[in-house]
Amino acid sequence: MSYTKPLPKPDTLNQPFWKAAREGKFLLQYCEDCGDTRFPPGPVCPKCLSSRQAWKEASGRGTLESWVDMHRAYWDGFKGDLPYRVCLVRLEEGPVVVSNLTDKTDNLRMGQPVKVVYEAVTDDVTLPKFALV
Amino acid sequence: MSDLSNLKDKIAVIGVGNTKYGNFPEIDDYGLAAHAFRNAVEDCGIDKNKVDGMLVCRIPYYARMGEVLGLNPRWTLTLPGHGRMSAMGIIEAATAIAAGHCDYVALMYANIGRSRRVNYGGDESPGTWDPWGFTSPGAAHAMAFRRHMELYGTTTRQLAEVSVAIRHHASLNPDAVMRTPFTIDDHEAARFITAPLRLLDYCLINDGAVCLILTSKERAKDFKKPPVLISGFGARETYSPSPIANFDMDFWYPAVQDAGRQAYQMAGVTHEDIDGLMVYDNFSPTVLFSLEGLGFCARGESGSFVENGALKIGGRIPVNTDGGHLSNSYMQGWALNVEAVRQLRGECGARQIPDCEVVQYVQATPCTRSIIYTKG
Repeated sequence: MSYTKPLPKPDTLNQPFWKAAREGKFLLQYCEDCGDTRFPPGPVCPKCLSSRQAWKEASGRGTLESWVDMHRAYWDGFKGDLPYRVCLVRLEEGPVVVSNLTDKTDNLRMGQPVKVVYEAVTDDVTLPKFALV
Repeated sequence: MSDLSNLKDKIAVIGVGNTKYGNFPEIDDYGLAAHAFRNAVEDCGIDKNKVDGMLVCRIPYYARMGEVLGLNPRWTLTLPGHGRMSAMGIIEAATAIAAGHCDYVALMYANIGRSRRVNYGGDESPGTWDPWGFTSPGAAHAMAFRRHMELYGTTTRQLAEVSVAIRHHASLNPDAVMRTPFTIDDHEAARFITAPLRLLDYCLINDGAVCLILTSKERAKDFKKPPVLISGFGARETYSPSPIANFDMDFWYPAVQDAGRQAYQMAGVTHEDIDGLMVYDNFSPTVLFSLEGLGFCARGESGSFVENGALKIGGRIPVNTDGGHLSNSYMQGWALNVEAVRQLRGECGARQIPDCEVVQYVQATPCTRSIIYTKG
């Protein structure tokens, strides 16, 4: 059966991230001049405007900042999952990212440690998600 | 460089108008805006051909709008159809008049999202986080409110006070779309859209249009109704960092604080002088965020501040007396600015704030703005 959820749209910046995700790595863009680290990537450093931007592998560890349960499907592919859980994770390296929390428990607290897990959703795309540690 | 605070009390709103609010598939954007414009022209009695400034928002093509209304202005501005443009537009129009670009500006906004079945999420507004199913402004506000709950102990029953008070006001407004009052328990029993937010935390989606006509204080004397003055305004964007649309880790607190401080200083008032507060309530949590940013309560204390009907007329601070986006009409801030004018004119009937002299509008959004209106 074909995958009916939205897939990442390749752009001029994000392809190294998705290639690395297929290999079980979570990449963050960083500035080779000032060290600023971020996700999603940008064409220049928002701190120093340098074009020398590169990728580094994140530890995949972080803490739970927030979470919601989506009770409405804006894409048909999510209808079977309702309600599904989206989380906000503060990575150890600083950036805050949106993902899915694989745990179903209602016993969540801000600050709980989480770690990345990988779900290959198609032959080409692996989604990094997060799980309670 | 001139100091913007010199514009205190220099620009007036002389005319306001709106369509009925609801579901009007038989009429297009231009038709809705034309009705609102005609009502604003009738409201102040201006010769429509005197209008020499035109600002349009969420209207496809400014030139067609001018053609429809038979206007050839000497100043035109188009703003995108994003919520948050209303106060940006009003401030731009005020400065355009002050700079001499034009003498009379008509600002028009039309929204036809109901009959076009706009969803405000999914493929309509593609984003970075779509593969994880995170979409829609409502989900972003739910994410923010969950953080507020975790950080400060705010509860959904406290959040319910916002929607309950605003629906109460809508029940007093014969033109509001949703007028049946509900209780905190009703709020808690409503279905989730994005937990922790429920249906009654979400704004309406309806069709309608709004028009305001602005001019200088001197010219304002020539029209039918007493002018309402723009006494203060303030602005601050939050673009960096903002990896998530319609979301800020700080609840836009620094921006609301900054924009509010600018507006209060310019107007020479404090939050204690405000008789009515019009808050951009696309989702109920923004009311809590706005109250904290403006200093009506300390940071993190908005949950207890709003308890026991504090936001109702007669309470600590009446908020969104027309019913806001939650219950009156989703006019993306424009109708709230019209309500500010009507309150200061004393035109609001059952929902009139007694002795209303100072009304503040605020939008806690990536483009935060606040405007303070006073009686002319």
